[in-house]
Amino acid sequence: MDIRLDAISHSYGDTEVLRDISLDIPTGRVVCLVGPSGCGKSTLLRLIGGLERATKGHILQLGTPPEGCLNPLTYVFQDFALLPWRSVWGNISLVLEDHGIKGAHANAIIADVLARTRLSDFSHALPRQLSGGMKQRVAIARALAVKPAVMLMDEPLSALDSQTRELLMDDLVSLWTRQPFTAVYVTHNLAEAVRLGHRIVVLSRRPGEIRDIVEIDRPLEGRGHGDRALEDTQRHLWDLMRDEARAADEELLDV
Amino acid sequence: MSDIGAKPEPIEVRFRGGGFAPKPHRWIGVIVFVVLIIVAEWGTRSGWISPLTLPRPSDVLATFGELWESGLLLKHLVPSLSRLAIGAAIGASFGIGVGILMGLFSYVRAGSVPLVAAIFPIPKIALLPLFVIWFGIDEASKYALIAFGTFTPTVVATYGAVDNVDRSLIRMGQSFDLSWFSIVRKIVVPGAMPGILSGLRISLSIAIILLVAAEMLGAEYGIGAYILEAGSLYDLERLFAGVVILSVLGVLLSMTIGLIERRVLRWRS
Repeated sequence: MDIRLDAISHSYGDTEVLRDISLDIPTGRVVCLVGPSGCGKSTLLRLIGGLERATKGHILQLGTPPEGCLNPLTYVFQDFALLPWRSVWGNISLVLEDHGIKGAHANAIIADVLARTRLSDFSHALPRQLSGGMKQRVAIARALAVKPAVMLMDEPLSALDSQTRELLMDDLVSLWTRQPFTAVYVTHNLAEAVRLGHRIVVLSRRPGEIRDIVEIDRPLEGRGHGDRALEDTQRHLWDLMRDEARAADEELLDV
Repeated sequence: MSDIGAKPEPIEVRFRGGGFAPKPHRWIGVIVFVVLIIVAEWGTRSGWISPLTLPRPSDVLATFGELWESGLLLKHLVPSLSRLAIGAAIGASFGIGVGILMGLFSYVRAGSVPLVAAIFPIPKIALLPLFVIWFGIDEASKYALIAFGTFTPTVVATYGAVDNVDRSLIRMGQSFDLSWFSIVRKIVVPGAMPGILSGLRISLSIAIILLVAAEMLGAEYGIGAYILEAGSLYDLERLFAGVVILSVLGVLLSMTIGLIERRVLRWRS
């Protein structure tokens, strides 16, 4: 299932945050949205998943979601959004219960996604007992449990320290390699974008417009540290963003 | 920083990070009680506190013993406890229900916030005659008074607690297409539970206060009736015996809620 954004514009009151964004998100690829802070990239992600309504334009699903898909558009949030009163197991079971999946069937799904995120030993732990990286892995497991057609990832690694971030990036790469998924990945971190993205969309500062789209053909699992081509791409992205980022940084927030 | 020549003596850095971290000291509370009782006993025995000011603790204990032996204790305690239980249960469950609705629906909130603000400061005791007219002089008016008194603080606590539930968790629920009812039951209510329980602490204490008020009219038996009767006769021993029962009730209720908190909110700490 592909997603097409057709001339999306959005404003909060008089403040225009997004202007005329048209974009295709093809199946099986990771599309990264990068841009200076406040450029509306998280807003765009909320629009794609239907958590907010765009002022103008349409978001279209092309094709039908794959068989067994419970929640086609599934988020992974920056702050994990785990229920602190439910165990790891319970947090994943939460999103299955409403689809009437209980008992053995639910157990099988939960065991599978916990194994894929290397959390099998922690199914009874409460979120407060887990480290940040493990919490985000639980959130990813929860997202995988509903077999999403598109994963909408809102700065999933931004709340983590840099070592954990590296480890989780490896995890995401190996998850994708074993079973390619479609994702829209919002980040302000260019290193994450060149590591995980097949297509990188650079947004300008507010009102966010598409400044450039950079394609990276190299397969995800082949992208390591000190890769010259990737570093060049990252530098190119930073050149695109630097002035925007500086200007965005000097704006007052409530104008 | 770097004086040439004479090196100053090293000084140990002064510790200044202490305090502001309350720790549980279980026995201090008990010691305070014991000391106060011993002082009262000693004072009344030596005549330093006149028996008109304060009854002797041992006499209060003796009165308590008589009350127990004559079987009157249960006769007073059972109707009081059932009034307390029924009244507080009605008040608290309505309070939690309305509070959740106020937290969820903006129309309900806009309509009831001023109403609750208007009702809250009314001394519910003043409304007892009204309740007697509405519900009769029997048990119903006593339930109503206690229920009404517990309702308002519960509503305020619940609605504040629902308001404080992490919005990002609700967003998460919506993003996974949970039904409205599931979001309320599995996210909003458990998230509001800490606030609701601490509100219950206050409203149940208020229920005990109102128990005495409710038994002012048309009650033959009951702790409140017993205290009021002793009070009008200036029988301080019996008055104190009754008051001690109420205090013990308060402590027991607070301990029960503490226990519930520890079970239900195990996920916090």
